[in-house]
Amino acid sequence: MAKRLPPVDVVLVGFGWTAAIIAQELTEAGVQVLALERGEFRDTVPDFATDTIQDELRYAVRKQIFESPERETLTFRNSADQTALPMRHLGSFMPAAGVGGAGVHWNGQCWRFLPSDFEIRSQVEQRYGSKFIPEGMNLQDWGVTYDELEPHYDRFEYLCGVSGKAGNLAGTKQPGGNPFEGPRKHDYPLPPLKRSASTTLFDKAAREAGFDPFPCPAANASKPYRNPLGVQMGQCTYCGFCEWFGCGNYSKASPQTTILPVLLKKDNFSFRTRCNVTRVNTDGRGKQATGVTYVDIDGNEFEQPAGMVVLCAFAQHNVHLLLLSKIGTPYDPQSGQGVVGRNYAYQITSSVDVFQKEILNPFMGAGALGQGVDNFNGENFDHGPLGFIGGGYIALWNTGGRPILQHQLPKNAPKWGSGWKRAMHDNYLTSTSIATHGSVMSYRNNYLDLDPTWRDDYGNPLLRLTFDFQPNEHRMSDYLTEQATKIARAIPGATHHAKKREGHYSIVPYQTTHNTGGAAMGADPRTSVVNRYLQSWDVPNLWVMGASVFPQNAGYNPTGTVGALTFWAAEAMKRYLKNPGPLVTT
Amino acid sequence: MSMPAEGTPARADGASVDPARRRFLALSLVAPAVVALGSCSSGPRAAARAPVYFSGAEKRFVDAATARLIPADALGGGANEAGVTDFIDLQLAGAYGRAERWYMRGPWPTGTAQQGFQLKYTPAQIYREAIADVEAHCQQQYGKPFAQLAAAQQDDVLHALEGGKIKLAKVPAKTFFALLWQNTQEGFLADPAYGGNRDFTGWKLIGFPGPRYNYVEEIEHFGQPYKQPFVSLVGRDPGAHQPGEA
Repeated sequence: MAKRLPPVDVVLVGFGWTAAIIAQELTEAGVQVLALERGEFRDTVPDFATDTIQDELRYAVRKQIFESPERETLTFRNSADQTALPMRHLGSFMPAAGVGGAGVHWNGQCWRFLPSDFEIRSQVEQRYGSKFIPEGMNLQDWGVTYDELEPHYDRFEYLCGVSGKAGNLAGTKQPGGNPFEGPRKHDYPLPPLKRSASTTLFDKAAREAGFDPFPCPAANASKPYRNPLGVQMGQCTYCGFCEWFGCGNYSKASPQTTILPVLLKKDNFSFRTRCNVTRVNTDGRGKQATGVTYVDIDGNEFEQPAGMVVLCAFAQHNVHLLLLSKIGTPYDPQSGQGVVGRNYAYQITSSVDVFQKEILNPFMGAGALGQGVDNFNGENFDHGPLGFIGGGYIALWNTGGRPILQHQLPKNAPKWGSGWKRAMHDNYLTSTSIATHGSVMSYRNNYLDLDPTWRDDYGNPLLRLTFDFQPNEHRMSDYLTEQATKIARAIPGATHHAKKREGHYSIVPYQTTHNTGGAAMGADPRTSVVNRYLQSWDVPNLWVMGASVFPQNAGYNPTGTVGALTFWAAEAMKRYLKNPGPLVTT
Repeated sequence: MSMPAEGTPARADGASVDPARRRFLALSLVAPAVVALGSCSSGPRAAARAPVYFSGAEKRFVDAATARLIPADALGGGANEAGVTDFIDLQLAGAYGRAERWYMRGPWPTGTAQQGFQLKYTPAQIYREAIADVEAHCQQQYGKPFAQLAAAQQDDVLHALEGGKIKLAKVPAKTFFALLWQNTQEGFLADPAYGGNRDFTGWKLIGFPGPRYNYVEEIEHFGQPYKQPFVSLVGRDPGAHQPGEA
């Protein structure tokens, strides 16, 4: 029997980026907020101190900074005619557990999506006609526009101290920035990071290939920075341990380095760690959330009543909780009806490894130190003759040179033995890699539901992922890889190895932690779980944050858009709390 | 060969998950002995450790196999000089060897390549099962244990494992080879705090200086080699440190 606890105004499930933002915004509005986090408390000191965190084996290889699949995982199959099997250890993506969530171990690649991304169906139909959309693709507008989100992108960028160069200030193109970005009211709060040898090579080669390179936006502070909450960040030291590590230098934006020093001091905020939420509870009619049930590390079950519930867990975990709680209609791929679990999407990546003679010292880097090219993202180019929807960026990210996982070897290098040693010796300091980062659309046959066989530590069915890359995505990714190869060819004295993404999606090799969808936002409750304010259509005092609300994925890292949507939703929650009820009527 | 008993924690010698504690152990327990021996940057002091997980026969196999995967040659020391066997031994004795963070509930059907690892064996169990089977194969084929084969014969066996051409009883040969090669690279290139990469053998080969923290000036010195001394999470003389598990 669950022990019933005293009620709170608002309970947050998870304590990562979205929870920290919502908590900060709602506590400022005088509301009492509680966050429940399944992982541990973590902070810059001692957990990410520089003499602790720069440990490739422990964090990146043994994956001790990520969630552990031991207690709960998901099952996976490429298509509905297969039996899904458990993901027994992490591979393709790396969700987090612990305070700060994936905001601790991200790279800080902090993009805005393009205006066209939010209205993709309307734009594709207008530009190419509705027959251009392949059978089985659930292409959807988001129900919110770039212009509506612009001030919220701005807030997130100033919260994080993003380093970059504007390419479009209020409609006027700015030299040195991304010429394709949507209009922004303000430039970035900090100038771009320094350039490394390899990003400088990329910049020159991309210009020679006829493209428009620019410094990628980085939530790694190029200078000391005090954010609008008064929290001080330090200048990045280019130590090369961003991706899959916490920052020991207060330079990479995370909840710990931007919000928690203010939030944790507030009397109307509290949090509990090692508390795994297993249900959102609803009233008898299923029309109102009454709170959540959670299990602590010792297996004790608690009922936490709350006036409002906000799901702030990682994308697929939010969907899992909705399905377990029987909130909203589960998606049925046979009929195409239902919404919870519908529109799961991902991203499709490829790379072109480059081998040349100059010493590049790859270990001097930062998670979001990169030069990028946006000529082939979203609607920045004509898809008509190409026959696919979507796109992505091409970039050279100089994230670091960790020896075990971050080295490139020529295609014909021996796999082991003295030849392997020779190849490692000859190429580690002088090779680099150009990445492509492509969108994935949503499809009728790619979805999340509950697994019939395997269960987690709490006796609940695991989430089941059914997903494969579709021909549209392969065509798009191959095209991006060809463009990236043009850049590699323009690097003097270089040879290259293009690594296309071929065949079925595999859960084994790391690709990206940009899992999206399953609780899509939108204007139509028949094709979305939450309305344009991220409020549940079915249960108006339940909200869903994070990339689970993306109707399909875009060709950028998602965190900037997740941050903007969270600020946008927080404004709506403040209106809701004054006058509860659905913010969009159907 | 028997499996290690389920739930019996094989404790790594001096293992600690906390680097601060590792450092404390290094200073309080090991440093006096080092002082007594006189300081040296290489030598037998770390090499003399007894295996924690491997049997003597298993250790001889791993020594011999990893010496072929990463041999000593004109470019410098190989897996044996870097202490790779000690590294793998400690890893298998710890949480990684026990698959503590993996989802290990049945049932255990066979899946597609895209669905990834679906064996009910932990890394430590995979080594134990596979080494016994490979040794049986070597006895049958050559009448000798793997470690006593000529280098070319050892390479033939390793290539056959890599290509799945030897049938092992419980574990696919390709799976074992991939694990052995992955762990060998880890032992050669991980921070020396974990017992491998001894005397920075792996990092000296490629030119990675270790966790140096600050490159604000150097990042703009394009084309110039970085010349500061190699450093580990446990300092510039990691040989004076008792390694733990990851």
